[in-house]
Amino acid sequence: MAKRVGMEVALAVAEAVGQCNIDMAAVYPITPQSHIGEHLSDLVADGKIDAEFVTVESEHSAISAIIGASGTGARVYTATSSQGLMLMHEILPIASAMRLPLVMGIANRAVSGPLNILNDHSDIMPQRDCGWISLFVENGQEAIDLSIQAFKIAEHKEVNLPVCVNIDGFQLTHMVEPVEFPDQELVDKFLPARVPFATLHPSKPVTMGAFSMADYFTEIMKAKDEALKNSKKTILAVWAEWAKMFGRTYKPVETYKAEGAEILLLTMGSMSETAELAIDELRAKGLAVGLVKLRLWRPFPFAEIKEVLLSAKKVLVTDRAVSFGGPGGPVCSEIKAALYNEKDRPTIYNCIIGLGGRDVTVADFASMIKKVAEEEANKNADTYEFWGVRE
Amino acid sequence: MTKKSGPAGWQEITTGCVVLRPGSASEYHTGSWRAQRPVWNNQKCIKCGICYVFCPEGCVAQSEDGYFKANLDYCKGCGICAHECWSRAIAMVEEG
Amino acid sequence: MNIVENFDLFAPRLINKKELLSSGHRACQGCGEVLAVRLMCKALGENTVIASATGCMEIISSMYPTTAWELPWIHVAFENAAAVASGVEAGLKALRRKGKIADRDIKVVGMAGDGGTMDIGMQALSGAMERGHNMLFVCFDNEAYMNTGIQRSSGTPMGASTTTAPAGKVSMGQKTWKKNMAEIMVAHNVPYVATACPSYPLDFIRKVEKAKKVKGPSYIHCFSVCPTGWRCPSDQAVSLGRLAVETGIFPLFEVENGKYKLSSEMPKKLTPIKNYFKSQGRYRHLGEDEINMIQGGVDREYRKLLNKVQCLAAWD
Ligand SMILES: Cc1ncc(C[n+]2csc(CCOP(=O)(O)OP(=O)(O)O)c2C)c(N)n1
Ligand code: SF4
Ligand code: SF4
Ligand code: SF4
Ligand SMILES: [Mg+2]
Repeated sequence: MAKRVGMEVALAVAEAVGQCNIDMAAVYPITPQSHIGEHLSDLVADGKIDAEFVTVESEHSAISAIIGASGTGARVYTATSSQGLMLMHEILPIASAMRLPLVMGIANRAVSGPLNILNDHSDIMPQRDCGWISLFVENGQEAIDLSIQAFKIAEHKEVNLPVCVNIDGFQLTHMVEPVEFPDQELVDKFLPARVPFATLHPSKPVTMGAFSMADYFTEIMKAKDEALKNSKKTILAVWAEWAKMFGRTYKPVETYKAEGAEILLLTMGSMSETAELAIDELRAKGLAVGLVKLRLWRPFPFAEIKEVLLSAKKVLVTDRAVSFGGPGGPVCSEIKAALYNEKDRPTIYNCIIGLGGRDVTVADFASMIKKVAEEEANKNADTYEFWGVRE
Repeated sequence: MTKKSGPAGWQEITTGCVVLRPGSASEYHTGSWRAQRPVWNNQKCIKCGICYVFCPEGCVAQSEDGYFKANLDYCKGCGICAHECWSRAIAMVEEG
Repeated sequence: MNIVENFDLFAPRLINKKELLSSGHRACQGCGEVLAVRLMCKALGENTVIASATGCMEIISSMYPTTAWELPWIHVAFENAAAVASGVEAGLKALRRKGKIADRDIKVVGMAGDGGTMDIGMQALSGAMERGHNMLFVCFDNEAYMNTGIQRSSGTPMGASTTTAPAGKVSMGQKTWKKNMAEIMVAHNVPYVATACPSYPLDFIRKVEKAKKVKGPSYIHCFSVCPTGWRCPSDQAVSLGRLAVETGIFPLFEVENGKYKLSSEMPKKLTPIKNYFKSQGRYRHLGEDEINMIQGGVDREYRKLLNKVQCLAAWD
């Protein structure tokens, strides 16, 4: 029987990774990720998982070391946050170009400056174009499930790409939640041993990370882009299999009371639960509003997003990061790009919310939506608002 | 000089750009870089093999008769072999 | 001809014939660095995995879709070769312990230029050495960032002209003493540290073989002549390496478990450095006073080394 317990989400993530028969992990401490790495090293120290835990001297070395280990054919894991992810940035597109199935947990946190240890999405957004599969979770259970699924997706023979699982720092990582761990035998069945396409071993010498000039570089980039786009098929298949085996369903874009909604609110990550309460409240007042939750950030689910958004008159996209001097929030840009070619597209509004741990309440979401409801369509469509900013 | 045997289009790019053919750089013939070529005078050669050891291209090999010669497909004409030969058995000659 | 030279003269008989770095690589004519890499591979043999930093040796050997490597080889970035090597070592160790790969001894080797070792790669290397991975790290020191156009590094010697510390009307070029990387590695208390130069192939190969046998971290600092960056004739890569050793500018020594030993190649009496400077364009601007000043520094460092050899040769 699946084990149901109350557990801090960060520890639950480490436990879940521990169920995946990893061979090697390299994690460098940073708040609010640290509990994942600490607990993982506990599991190794107690002999509960048979893996090398490399206590690297930086996140740059963490990502570099798991690339090296992944190159040997090992199943590898790292986790980080904020500055750690920024320090890794240089290596992220190399990992995806090398098509190595790394798995990384990200306890999302604001990036400096000023230094701030609390939650937003400004760490993951600058990594958008690095060629990683990027998933968001809403609660502890999803964090467990996606951490396990991530290995299967990453290592699938049609994918071979790194995957990151975004888990809101503190808001989620440090919450004690009721969670259920899948049975080990079922995990073993779900997640077979990795079959690498090449390994660093003298029995068959290969060169990884070759140098390329203009003659092949474009083709290499195209191949990488296609691989990432193509991974959606596998992601969907893995989620279907998960639903069958464990009874929990995952979709690239999920909805809450979206049917018949004239206004749709779009969120990512743990704030979706608060947003749902706001939707309940407004629905009860007779407003035709609903919620769209974006789970799959890369590859971006264009078809699915259109399918749910096109029926609405207005869409309010919330962003937890800023594209400074640009079009507002990075998620909103993507949504606009997805809908631009549609004749009857909804008006898009953008609120930047919850920066650096700023609380966003049910009342906040309710007033954001009400404000959009009262606005004349198209008036403010090109603007964005720092929600709740003090003038 | 270069024999292209790589992928034609993006679909043929090896996964992760892994190169699965060890030593395939030898398809590229660096001999075209050469301005001078080493010429061996076997009468002076004591078969010590120093020319073989010090060639950065690894293109000097011992023949069955025990004497050494360079594979001119790769020899870049650096002149190290001639410079290091104890018995001055190698001369560098301008390429015609 | 002394005994050592005689020994060296017939060295080839003792050297592994197999080439593990193929011809067709794109190194410049007379590159001393690629010669050193070639000889290192011979000493390492086939049971090796190499993690390389960005730099000349990476660019010239791995032009997609081909490779000069006959050994398993990985390159990720400039500053992280030691971290990548750490991961390779940890991965192989776990897979072997768990029976996922054959039970076979494989040496993991990290390699980088002076920039990739002593400057931008120093942190990753320090971490890897301190953690005690079973790996050898080799620095191929050609005394500047050659791959990007001969910019100075902390390995560039006093007085050398580079593109970022050029000699000029009011500058003698490099104004700092070369960082002593081997000593920094000794300070990590790793079991084996050595300096080497491909101009002494037997000594170099023996040191690599020794490092390979160490169960734990080891470090070799390999002096590598770069005719392009040093502006010297392409046939002098080997003879200049020899002069660097004979002048004491680059002394050959080993430190085994903290015990210092001068390599037998070191001459009893050092040659003046001006003989070494003569054929190199990077030193051409130096006047007599400057050369004397540098000679003083070289003598001082060599005396320090000899003192260490005397005091730290044995204690148990
Ligand atoms: C993070 C980063 N900074 C700078 C560079 C540019 N770069 C590539 S190789 C190199 C210099 C290499 O010098 P060294 O390590 O001494 O090796 P060499 O080419 O001299 O053998 C530099 C500066 C880079 N690739 N990555
Ligand atoms: S170095 Fe000179 S003497 Fe020795 S083998 Fe070569 S050619 Fe002969
Ligand atoms: S000239 Fe240089 S490249 Fe040619 S054989 Fe002699 S050492 Fe090798
Ligand atoms: S620049 Fe120097 S080190 Fe680089 S390949 Fe040319 S000779 Fe060798
Ligand atoms: Mg260099």
